[in-house]
Amino acid sequence: MTLTIPSVNMTALLPQIIIAGTALVVLMADLVLREKRALGILSFLGVAGALGAVAWLWWLGSVPSFQNMAVADHYALVVNIIILIAAGLGILLSLGYATHVTPHQGTYYALLLLAAAGMMTMGAATDLVTIFLALEILSLSLYILAGFNQADARSGEAALKYFLLGAFASAFFLYGATLVYAALGTTNLLALLTRSFRPDGPLLWVAAGLLIVGFGFKIALVPFQQWTPDVYQGAPTPVTAFMSVGTKAAAFAAFARVMIIFLPGSHSSWTYALAALAVLTMTVGNLAALRQASLKRMLAYSSIAHAGYLLVGFIAVMDGGMQAVFFYLLAYGFMNIGAFAVLVALERAGDGDVDATRARGLAARQPFLAALMALFMLSLAGIPPLAGFFGKLYVFSAAVQAGWAWLVVVGVLNSVISAYYYLGVTVGMYMQEEAAGEPVVVPARGVGLSLALTLAALGTVLLGLWSAPWLQLAARSAVAFMGG
Amino acid sequence: MLIDSVWILLALPLAGATINALAGARLGRRATGWIACGAVGLTFVFAVVLFAVLAQRPAEERAVEVTLWRWISVEQLRVDVRLLWDPLSAWMALVVTSVGFLIHVYSAGYMADDARYARYFAFLNGFVFMMLLLVLSSDYILLFVGWEGVGLASYLLIGFWFDRKIAADAGKKAFLLNRIGDFGLLIAIFWLFSLVRTTHFQTLFPQASAIVSQRGAETLNIICLLMLLAATGKSAQIPLYVWLPDAMEGPTPVSALIHAATMVTAGVYMIARSWPLFALSPNALTWVAVIGAATAFLAATIALTQTDLKRILAYSTISQLGYMFLGVGVGAYASGIFHLTTHAFFKALLFLGAGSVMHALHGELDIRRMGGLREKIPTTYRTFLIGAAALAGFPLLSGFFSKDEILWLAWQRSPLLWLVGITTALLTAIYSFRVVFVPFWGDHRGGDAGKKRGKAKQTEAHGDVHESPRVMTTPLIILAVLALFGGLLGLPRLSLIEGWLEPVFHTAEKTHQALEFVFIGLSAVVALTGIYVAYRAYVADTEWPARLRAQFGWLHQLVSNKYYVDEIYTAVIANPLRDLANWFSRVTDGRIIEGLVNGLAAAIGVSGEQVRRAQTGLVGNYALSLLVGAVALVGYFLLR
Repeated sequence: MTLTIPSVNMTALLPQIIIAGTALVVLMADLVLREKRALGILSFLGVAGALGAVAWLWWLGSVPSFQNMAVADHYALVVNIIILIAAGLGILLSLGYATHVTPHQGTYYALLLLAAAGMMTMGAATDLVTIFLALEILSLSLYILAGFNQADARSGEAALKYFLLGAFASAFFLYGATLVYAALGTTNLLALLTRSFRPDGPLLWVAAGLLIVGFGFKIALVPFQQWTPDVYQGAPTPVTAFMSVGTKAAAFAAFARVMIIFLPGSHSSWTYALAALAVLTMTVGNLAALRQASLKRMLAYSSIAHAGYLLVGFIAVMDGGMQAVFFYLLAYGFMNIGAFAVLVALERAGDGDVDATRARGLAARQPFLAALMALFMLSLAGIPPLAGFFGKLYVFSAAVQAGWAWLVVVGVLNSVISAYYYLGVTVGMYMQEEAAGEPVVVPARGVGLSLALTLAALGTVLLGLWSAPWLQLAARSAVAFMGG
Repeated sequence: MLIDSVWILLALPLAGATINALAGARLGRRATGWIACGAVGLTFVFAVVLFAVLAQRPAEERAVEVTLWRWISVEQLRVDVRLLWDPLSAWMALVVTSVGFLIHVYSAGYMADDARYARYFAFLNGFVFMMLLLVLSSDYILLFVGWEGVGLASYLLIGFWFDRKIAADAGKKAFLLNRIGDFGLLIAIFWLFSLVRTTHFQTLFPQASAIVSQRGAETLNIICLLMLLAATGKSAQIPLYVWLPDAMEGPTPVSALIHAATMVTAGVYMIARSWPLFALSPNALTWVAVIGAATAFLAATIALTQTDLKRILAYSTISQLGYMFLGVGVGAYASGIFHLTTHAFFKALLFLGAGSVMHALHGELDIRRMGGLREKIPTTYRTFLIGAAALAGFPLLSGFFSKDEILWLAWQRSPLLWLVGITTALLTAIYSFRVVFVPFWGDHRGGDAGKKRGKAKQTEAHGDVHESPRVMTTPLIILAVLALFGGLLGLPRLSLIEGWLEPVFHTAEKTHQALEFVFIGLSAVVALTGIYVAYRAYVADTEWPARLRAQFGWLHQLVSNKYYVDEIYTAVIANPLRDLANWFSRVTDGRIIEGLVNGLAAAIGVSGEQVRRAQTGLVGNYALSLLVGAVALVGYFLLR
């Protein structure tokens, strides 16, 4: 009997390995180091190192590994870049924040890094089993992170809710994956892609439905979204900022790879189902965001709405939609994390939430902070020439090209609704007096926070004025993806 | 290649604006002023260098495009950030940066006591950046960005003293009236793109004749009329001119830079730049000429009756812009640009002179309360005199040649246009010397306290009238020299500017006839007559205007109230629109939208209430919704 030793090509997962390794180092350093801030800086360096590895792999070209269960193609690498940027910004935000949330900073940073590693693996996974594995790594880390603000009861509540519902949704995903295996005899996506004959039985369609539920939960599509506001509000703000972008990027990336299986044509049944979900998601997200007293909750509903816009581009996956989705994700990463960074600055030590009244009259007291918030709000609303505008432009134009004009009309109408609450924040900051009786907020300061704000603002502006390089990068990734 | 670095022209003022906006408060006044003036000064020097480089090339290679990066790429819409350095844009860049630099320097003195010094210079640098973007862009979309950008800068600077309601309102008025025009430009751009799938000048213009042959002349005609609408907004022509006089509420150097020398000429520039389109739609071109002539005449008559020094100059600007439109409208693009240039010199000079007068008189602007300033502020007087003479078309000064060329070409198109033009020239000579004779000659008529203007302190009579500091008079002197000799750029028969712009406009060899010199002589006579009339009316026989007023009371009433155009606009357009908006706000917004939102909020509230009553149901509820979604999805897939 011959025993084949599986070919394990470690280089393909080098970025993930660096991140996971950093997580372990941070855990150990926590035991030795007295200066806990160093842990955050260490984590940030790990993220930077992983970005370097991504650049190297990009230069190497597509590297398969683990018997085609994961791959480091340009598609995976672009996902890695988005997630690493989100993680890096999240860590910068945590530098000042984590100290007054938890004494266990080593655990905090390690979990954040592990979640990032899980997300990155999800983008690289080419097998349903790998996807599930990655999904669980990121989910478990995030469940714990959501509950890290021990001073706030809502944080624990968020963690519990997220865990219960997340486990429920994972079960759907796993069931779907099982049915795919039952119908096709394999869970490997690359193998399925090259197979000429694909059976089209009811088993596969049930599987499709269940997989959509699994991904839809992570992306926060309506009606699988209800955990989002509670968890986003309860979780420590830097974690919310990081997961709102990272989870979406990872889930969309894996979602697209999986949906390739069910892709006989772009207008088949599953696209109609997704279109219905997109309409629901955009509309419910935006309408619910209209009347939120908490800015964190408002941004949570707004993130649901943005998931809807992303889904519009996703539906046009065969017509350059994925390129648009990636551009949108990066733009969203900068502007959304930027908005959360402003909330971090406005939070009072450990109270974990920012009421809309607290932003009133901010422009008079903190002109810089108010200007940055206005920038992020304008970009989220999709005002040119900022990143958010071009994200929407590319996503919607891909959908129009794929023949989904009516869906784009719904999206644009929704975008108009969203302008109301985004601009509402700006109006409050610039045109309203400070709420009476509200104690004056002294915004938190810190190098990490300032750096994160600056980077997010730069990204938001530059992606609008100079979108070409990133768009090309995203286009390369889409090519890699379609080529299989 | 050196020309490839043309982007530096944009980077310098942008850097100045950014530094002053972010750190101006901490840098202190000296540094702020130096940064702002230095940025524009260096831009000017660099523009001169690039101009020289361009001039050394053979004439047919004098259009260089520098692509910086691709900005938008969606389906067929491809917009590059690409700058065009050709004779026209280089010329405009020189005008903008030279006048801009002088006005920056002047501002350093004029605004010295203002509390928002850094903000002022950040705006002013930002304006220069946007204006250069407008003239350097090689694409309608990028041009539109600059077009909107200068509009924004204008709004911010008109309302710079926003704590005075009148200034804030003037800013709003300017912005709103410009929006009407901008809308026209936007539709014109959309339309052009839908026809030829490009907005890039050098790809678009050669296809202009194809548009005519495929879609008929009428399509291009309407597009050109839409562009004309945009130009009437930005360049303050009939019917959208009413914002410019109010714009005088801004600081005076702003009036000089934005509302006289540069921004308001953007409309003329845009039409000249789009000449291949206008050349194929003679109908639209006629409209340009007619609107220009009508505006020139109308504004000149109003200028005669105003008593506010800056408003007289504002109406004069509208009138002179009308001349430029007339020039462009009769196909004399180079002459239009020539007049634009000389006008930039002498009108900036006049405004800065007016600012110097205000400075000396603590904000007094009513010319009836001035007088005898000749001895008290001699430098201001002499330079102002040169500016007024150039404006009046005094022989051999700059305004003389440029105006004359336009009139000569208008004659060839239609004697009627010429007649309106020459009548306007007479009126121009009269009012431009009215603002010399009344404030500067005769006896001091002031005495009672002047109106409070801006930050100016209440005047303690005009007792301590004093000349402005050197930082303000030096730009006056330089501009006076330019106003004196700028006309030499366009001497008949050896016109430098026409030769320079020839590669852009491909002007056919113009017929120079002996008749042209007769016209030049006639213009000189008209200008001198006007000056004499002004002398009689305002120096020799000061009772004469009053007698005239008594005789033509109704006419004076009509003209001095600016033909009631503002009132008509308010009654016919603004009020009905406001009522309509109120109706929408009450019914659509108040009942339907608010109702929907409140209803939804109530529904959420109710369901939340139910959830709370069930107490344990929260997570279960969420899970239920998840399950319902899953069942619906799977059910749809199976039943499809």
